[in-house]
Formats: sequence, structure tokens, C-alpha cells
Amino acid sequence: MHIMEGYLPASHAIAWGAVSAPFVLYGAHRITKLVREKPEVKLLLGASGAFVFVLSALKIPSVTGSCSHPTGTGLSSVLFGPTVTAVLGTIVLLFQALLLAHGGITTLGANVFSMAIVGPFVAYFLYRSITKAGFGLSIAVFFAACLGDIATYVTTALQLSIAFPDPVGGVGGAAVKFLGIFAFTQIPLAISEGLLTVVVVNLLQKYSRKELSLLNILSPKAA
Amino acid sequence: MNKNVVMILAVVALAILPLVLHHGGDAEFSGADGQAEELITEIQPDYEPWFTAIWEPPSGEIESLLFALQAALGAGLVGFYFGRRSATPKNQEPDAHPLAAKHAQH
Repeated sequence: MHIMEGYLPASHAIAWGAVSAPFVLYGAHRITKLVREKPEVKLLLGASGAFVFVLSALKIPSVTGSCSHPTGTGLSSVLFGPTVTAVLGTIVLLFQALLLAHGGITTLGANVFSMAIVGPFVAYFLYRSITKAGFGLSIAVFFAACLGDIATYVTTALQLSIAFPDPVGGVGGAAVKFLGIFAFTQIPLAISEGLLTVVVVNLLQKYSRKELSLLNILSPKAA
Repeated sequence: MNKNVVMILAVVALAILPLVLHHGGDAEFSGADGQAEELITEIQPDYEPWFTAIWEPPSGEIESLLFALQAALGAGLVGFYFGRRSATPKNQEPDAHPLAAKHAQH
């Protein structure tokens, strides 16, 4: 889902940067507040950021015959909410842009929007609605992480089709083509991401109940 | 069998399955990002990237090194977290106890 350096017209690059910046700034504010109020969760916050680091480094083959990577943002979206995740995702995207020439500085705003904002918001919304509907934590986490991952890739495809409309089919025609590259490739990887996130949440339920109840993931009663 | 083990095996199977499906060498397994770049060039052949990466890994080897480093740093910290939490002495882990205490503080 990395839009490469220089591959968005300048006006688009600036617009996506302007859209993304408030989310990241608000997220940074949330992190400062969280660390002050619940210092016990600091290490878990670091580990959630680290989960994004691992998953987004794994380029996994897909059934379409190309490779892509999960995003890892579902875990921290469930634990800490989407704006905190926006900050964690931005850190990873910066690392990849500066050291790996993966993504870029000019395209950072657009990549942050897809991976660190849309994906996490979709994940958070699904997690909240599925648990509210009475389903278990594992089900909620699976769909949150899986569909948040897909949402990221759909967003990238749409961003590219707005920037590069098809000469014949327009934005819609380009969207079909870009979705063909990103969305189908992503389906098995999104399932993997959902499963891995559930594994981590299971381990947290076993070893980290205190943090989970501090973050209101487990009610003290259920814990 | 442990549920977590089953899920991890499913993830491994999902990663191996594409290699089996495309066993005849009919797939390059190139990156989706690169394919998107090709599609951009196809849609708008005259598009020139107006900015290039400040620094690029000098070779594929160095790039793999940095990707491995990224994964290792992440996995290291996740492992460290669970290592610490699971090493909590047993007497501090009885189910309701620490939570009940926490609750009482508020």
C-alpha cells in the first residue's frame, strides 16, 4: 500500500498531508495523556507499535501471484483507539520512507491516511460494534484487524485512481484496475493479520489482564 | 490442540498456499506496490515522479537487511513484553485478586 516517493501530484500530496496531520497531532496528544494517566500501559503501547513494525515488514506471497504485507494496526486500534494508532503507524511509515525508500516523504500524508487512519478507524468501529452486539472478544478482534487491513488497501487504490484516472474509464475505471492489484492480493493477508492479532490478544488475556482491564478491554468483572 | 497454535498454522498455510498454487513458475511474486507503479506508467505514460527518495538502499541485499532489522526490532519488543508479563511470579497472578485490589483503589 505504499505509494512511492514522487508518485502523487504535488497538490494531492499536500492535500493528503493536510487531511492526515490533525489525526496524528491529536493522537500524539492522546498518547501524552494516556502515559500520564495510566503509566502501567506504556510497555504495552510500545509492544503494539512493535507489532505494526513486524507485520508491515513481512512481504508475504498471495494467491494473485504478487506479494504484499499486513499492516498490524488492528491490535493498537482495539487497545488504544484509532488516533493513538495513527501516531504508531506514522512512525513505521517514516522509518520505511527514510531507510527503505518504501513509500516516501511526499507521499507520507497519503500513506498515513490509508494505513494509520482509515484502517485503524475501520478496525476500531468494527471492534466496538461487534462487541456491543454481544459477540466475543476474539470474533471482534478478528474482523476488526482483517477488515481494517482491507480498508487500508482499498483506500490506497482509491487514492491512486483519483490521482491517475483512466483515460477511458475515468476514476472509476482506474479504481477497478488499482483495486485489482491491491484488494484481491490483500484478502489472504488480511485473514492472516486477523488471526495473528487474535493470537496476540489471546496471549494478552492470559498474561496481561491488568493492562486489558485498565484499557477497558476486559471489564474488571469479566476479568 | 491449543487454539493459538492452530491459528498460527493457518497463517503459515496461507503464506505457503500461493507458492503451491503457482508452482509452475507462472507468477513472479513481485510487490503489489511495484505493480501499482507499472499501472501508473500505463495510465499516464508521461508522468514523471517529481521527487525521488533522499536515500535508497544501495542494493537488494541491504534492503533485505533493513527489512529484517525492522522485523527483528518489532518481534524483539513484542517478545520482551510477553517475556516480562509471563514471568510475573505466580502468587501475583491469582485471577480476581489483583483486579479486585485495583478496583478498590478507585
